[in-house]
Amino acid sequence: MSDLMKLPVAEGLFTWPPDGRPQLIASRHRGTGAVTFPADPAQDDVDEILLSRTGTLFTWTTQQFVPPSPPYTGETDPASFEAYAVGYVELPEGILVEGRLTESDPELLTIGQQMELVLVPFVERPGADGGPSREILTFAFAPVAPVAPVASQGVEA
Amino acid sequence: MSGVSIIGVGMHPFGRFPGKQAMDMGAEAIRLALKDAGVGWEQVQRAYAGSLVVSNPDAVVGKLGLTGIPVFGVFNGCATAHIAVSLAAEAIEHGKADIALAVGFDKHPRGAFSGEPAVLGLPEWYGETGMFLTTHFFGMKINRYMAMHGITPGTLAKVAAKNFRNGALNELAWRREPMSEEAILAAPYLNYPLTKFMYCAPDEGAAAVVLCRRDLASRYSDSPVHLAAAELRTRRSGAFEVSSPSLPAASVPSPTVYASAAAYEKAGIGPEDVHVAQLQDTDAGSEVIHLAENGFCADGDQEKLIADGHTEIGGRLPVNTDGGLMANGEPIGASGLRQIHEIVLQLRGRAGARQVPGPHSVGYTHLYGSPGTGAVTILTT
Repeated sequence: MSDLMKLPVAEGLFTWPPDGRPQLIASRHRGTGAVTFPADPAQDDVDEILLSRTGTLFTWTTQQFVPPSPPYTGETDPASFEAYAVGYVELPEGILVEGRLTESDPELLTIGQQMELVLVPFVERPGADGGPSREILTFAFAPVAPVAPVASQGVEA
Repeated sequence: MSGVSIIGVGMHPFGRFPGKQAMDMGAEAIRLALKDAGVGWEQVQRAYAGSLVVSNPDAVVGKLGLTGIPVFGVFNGCATAHIAVSLAAEAIEHGKADIALAVGFDKHPRGAFSGEPAVLGLPEWYGETGMFLTTHFFGMKINRYMAMHGITPGTLAKVAAKNFRNGALNELAWRREPMSEEAILAAPYLNYPLTKFMYCAPDEGAAAVVLCRRDLASRYSDSPVHLAAAELRTRRSGAFEVSSPSLPAASVPSPTVYASAAAYEKAGIGPEDVHVAQLQDTDAGSEVIHLAENGFCADGDQEKLIADGHTEIGGRLPVNTDGGLMANGEPIGASGLRQIHEIVLQLRGRAGARQVPGPHSVGYTHLYGSPGTGAVTILTT
């Protein structure tokens, strides 16, 4: 693994501290207080803020067919494609952020459950001119604690 | 829209037509609509043409006759057809034409709609990491709606089965095979909780409508249909909308709710007066949600209403009597004109095997499109 060079999928999306506690980078409008992600540094009336790392699952779905590529740059071979989940997590800053989820089993996802931000390997690309391979990292939300399987979702959310 | 009537409708079948250009389908739909209206192309004074894949849909006039009239190409995502109709109607109301035409045609490849995120002003990583799929929105919206309002997967299957059953009665539809609720539920998920047979798919086709000053309509048609309202609204901050890397947590209603309320007010008609409706059924969950967003029931009432057959052709409010998007597919530029085509047939009482029994003087159409647009028309006899 030492010859892997890790890179974020885009600059300015998330912090990447050595303690393994990344945060998403957002903009807060000075006048309205409205928070948006990703940050929009081109605007001159916003401040950059770091979003809370934990929130609640607002809603989610799964992606069970290979997404059209382009734009998708992940695995597109139907034989090795693995379904993934995406969802919106409601954060204390008054924002819903859409992200990939580390869990894609419908039995293990429940609206309202606690989620936290993590960085996950997305794809690996060969290095240029024999250099080290590059592992592209993106952000995702992971369940904070495993939930008991449920037969159907209730209305507790 | 007090002064505009529809005097002719025409539709090229929806489906797959290898080797046939979208524009040829559009020209056929126009000729059928003109024949239905009993007017010639040379009598059309203004036209609006919508398409996703044809970059110059106004070029369709080359297939009909170069009469020199103003022709406008239009595009607003899945609400494109509404734009064509409402602009044609406004031109008539503003005295720019007595007879105007709206047409839409498209020809999409197989598979989910896709593209570069930049077309919606979104960052590249959003597409690279597999988040830029409109189908995610539909899965996520109905997943939360089911949890909040007690809708079950069986109700989604009932909606899909009803639309395929209606499509089987429609000779212009793409999918004409009925399918059991069990088979719909047992199919693999595309995006939980939506299975493969709970989605519409992009395809090919065309539809056209001829509009006319209401006070002149009886010259051309023995059964003109009055365009009582045509209203479109875009999303407000806080609405839960498609292709959004983030959203404000303060929830506000969908643009459909505002478009619908404006249309009812304009027409002086309430949801209880509507006899037959076309609601955007991109997926079975969308039809369930749109019943409430368009004022036809309260959130959660769908579970019982659909079980009781309320939205079947013989029910209290038949919905998507021609099979909707699920049985017809979605050629984006034409889809909303197909909805109007069906409502006009129903209001005339000429919808054949799928004619709604009982009164049929008030019809309703609804489109929802990316990036957050709701569009409604109300049609009356």
